[in-house]
Amino acid sequence: MFETLKVFLRNRKALTGLIIVLVYVAVAVFGPLLLNVDPMDRVGRPHQPPSPDELLGTTRMGRDVFAQVIYGTRTSLAVGFFAGTIIVLIGTFLGIAAGYFGGWFDEVITFFTNVVLVIPQLPLLLVIAAFMGQTSPLVIAIIIGLTSWAWGARVTRSQTLTLRNREYILASELTGERPARMIFVELLPNLLSIIGFNFIGSVTYTIITQATLEFLGLGNPMSVSWGTMLYHAQNTSAITIGAWWEVLVPAVAVAGIGVGLSLLNFGVDEISNPRLRTLGTVAAAVRAQQKLDRQRLAETRA
Amino acid sequence: MRAVQHASEMLRIDGASKVFHLKPMLGPAHEVVALNNISLTIGAGKALAVVGESGSGKSTLGRAVARLFTLSSGTIFFKGKDIARLHRRDERHDYQRSVQMVFQDPFSALNPAHTIQHHLERPLVLHRKLRGAALDAAVREVCTDVELDPEATLSKYPHELSGGQRQRVNLARALAVGAELIIADEPTSMLDVSIRRSVLDLMRRMKETLAITFLYITHDIATAQFIADEIAIMYAGQVVEWGLPKLVIANPQHPYTKLLLSAVPDPAVRLDEKDGRSFSSDAQAVRALAKKSTEDIREVQPGHYVRGYMAAS
Amino acid sequence: MSDNAQAALVDVRGLKVDFLTAKGGLFTAVKGVDFSIGRGEVLGLAGESGCGKSTIALSLMRLHRPPAIISEGSIVIDGEDVLAMSPERLQRWRWSKVSMVFQSAMNSLNPVLTIFEQFRDVIVRHTGVSRARARERASELLALIGIPADRLDDYPHQLSGGMRQRVVLAIALALDPKLIIMDEPTTALDVVVQREILQEIVELKRKFGFSILFITHDLALMGQFADRIAIMLEGRLVEVAPSAQLINSPQHEYTRRLWSSMPLLTRG
Repeated sequence: MFETLKVFLRNRKALTGLIIVLVYVAVAVFGPLLLNVDPMDRVGRPHQPPSPDELLGTTRMGRDVFAQVIYGTRTSLAVGFFAGTIIVLIGTFLGIAAGYFGGWFDEVITFFTNVVLVIPQLPLLLVIAAFMGQTSPLVIAIIIGLTSWAWGARVTRSQTLTLRNREYILASELTGERPARMIFVELLPNLLSIIGFNFIGSVTYTIITQATLEFLGLGNPMSVSWGTMLYHAQNTSAITIGAWWEVLVPAVAVAGIGVGLSLLNFGVDEISNPRLRTLGTVAAAVRAQQKLDRQRLAETRA
Repeated sequence: MRAVQHASEMLRIDGASKVFHLKPMLGPAHEVVALNNISLTIGAGKALAVVGESGSGKSTLGRAVARLFTLSSGTIFFKGKDIARLHRRDERHDYQRSVQMVFQDPFSALNPAHTIQHHLERPLVLHRKLRGAALDAAVREVCTDVELDPEATLSKYPHELSGGQRQRVNLARALAVGAELIIADEPTSMLDVSIRRSVLDLMRRMKETLAITFLYITHDIATAQFIADEIAIMYAGQVVEWGLPKLVIANPQHPYTKLLLSAVPDPAVRLDEKDGRSFSSDAQAVRALAKKSTEDIREVQPGHYVRGYMAAS
Repeated sequence: MSDNAQAALVDVRGLKVDFLTAKGGLFTAVKGVDFSIGRGEVLGLAGESGCGKSTIALSLMRLHRPPAIISEGSIVIDGEDVLAMSPERLQRWRWSKVSMVFQSAMNSLNPVLTIFEQFRDVIVRHTGVSRARARERASELLALIGIPADRLDDYPHQLSGGMRQRVVLAIALALDPKLIIMDEPTTALDVVVQREILQEIVELKRKFGFSILFITHDLALMGQFADRIAIMLEGRLVEVAPSAQLINSPQHEYTRRLWSSMPLLTRG
């Protein structure tokens, strides 16, 4: 366990990603507690550029962009992690079941997965959200969760199939382990990296999709999240007026968490693939050998 | 055809045949006769070595005994019972417990996510229903049975052990389950030559002190000599010669056995280029005649039998 | 047979190969090794896994992969300093002066190319001849190892294990090298096929006069095939002697231990 963590932390990409994500999480948890304001309050004159009073300026309604982005972090991250969890739970469960049991069970699940996979995501979400009217972030989280698990399920199923025929799984079966134990104790630990990868990817996807939906006006404009901030900015023609801060701030927030989570995913990838772990030493060795080769070549020519 | 009468038979293979029907995506379907009327027996606490090249059917035989598929014809009896007729769940469970397989690759049979302790505990929990202190004691006992130090080994993960140690763990796991017959399919071919003997010696000691019966499958006749009480040479799905190792090896009758023995590297005999062409054409001729299926069995002397063959004209 | 430095095809002095480890340390896999190979000689290199014999084999052609580094020493093959070659010279030199046969043919042969295409790759790259001429050459090479030319259009999986290994051998011979390095070439094959292939190698060696560095853990096989044997332990050569001498009166403790731990066939 500890060894894995150490390998993870030694990886610069993963470490950077982790720091970024932790900063966001800290902001989400502690930000609102420390600020203790209502982000929907009017605090100043409309469309004020960033100043010492309002660090990131104000919106058309005179609301504080800084307060909004802090409170919005909480909403957006909560939705992201919640939906990400739903996606991973459904995808992993169906993927492992299909891969392990095989037969008609596998056929049914795969068919179902393929149908969900092929349905165009965004139009479906638009239709559902429009049908439900203005929906709260929680509902959006659930909708995204229930429609985005298919890819993860396929990947998990493939990995399960690969492991299924490994000799140690067959050996455990010959020892007489029951299916439940086979799945949870023997298979699952070997699937952790792909599940982790899936989870982080799902969170990233959810955050961006939620922002997209809200930007398109399908969220609840009275809630505060990065998406609704962009929605309001769009509605009040912030760019045209020149109020760049209204658009830039939520955009950077979304991009930032996306970068952080992706870097984190690189780390997960490298842990699961030991060959990638030594990339640092490989590069160092290549440099050292090239230096030695040049020296030798120079000596002979001299 | 029973070679040697055993006081108590652990395993009897009677006329076993297996034909695989292969239907490739492109091209016509064809048949592969993997086993052709094989009859062998193994006495309790004895080791039978089945020696052959790849494609001879030796691994198929091992898998048939492990009940990984059903035979096309013929019967396999384990302790007198036909293994194809184990319909009740507890009978199958018993068979799984009594007959274990140890494979060629010591690493792939161990789950990389779990310690050796876990690997050895599970069979003890499932089959001998042990818990707590009794479980710990049994794990340590089975560890020392395969000459591994419990202190040093139990808390490690598979990738932290050497190939020889991993193979010992596989043997320990078979013991933990309570195996009476162990099918070992090339258990030492992926190990370093210098540690093969120690693993073979361990298997021999397991046979002698714990009365484990072995079906030892290999292509290396030298290793077979270390452990086998009886030896059977297989080619193209048939047993061409069998009996007591010292008789078969000292006095080979079948051309294939002679070919096999002459090919085993003898450091005292240099490879002479003059032999080159003749060895190759001899080998081809021998293979051609060994492929022919015959029912003719001849006793060379008590404890040594050979399948008849038609000499090349 | 003689070790006369002028006559030797391969002369290695003080070869040291290090591996960079993840924690920033250095692991020395080959610790200052000296050996030579005469023209037309077979030198056997024996040892257990991890002793460094494969590292030496790869280093001779500078095919060692990072994190391995050749940090010290000299390798002189047929009068040329291998470690001081420019990349362009190295490209031309590889396979035409020295070639290699690996253990598992399936790892060396591209499963989606036909046998002919595998030959053509090597032949055309180095000699730039036409496709027709390359095909002729490929047929010649297959004939040397007893495979009919019509197999040129087969894929590797359509050949048996022994045939695949012969194809790999033929590709190694394609440019008439002076030295062929064979790293456990017959370990995965059964004894009869192993004997057949080795007899062919003996005959080809007589015909073309190349030297062989033969790496295996099977000492008995080496006794039959090699002229001299070098025993390697943890990065160092502990004993180098003519075969008969090494087999009948091994000097080093490790050599003796290695012999006694091998399962050898006792014939009646």
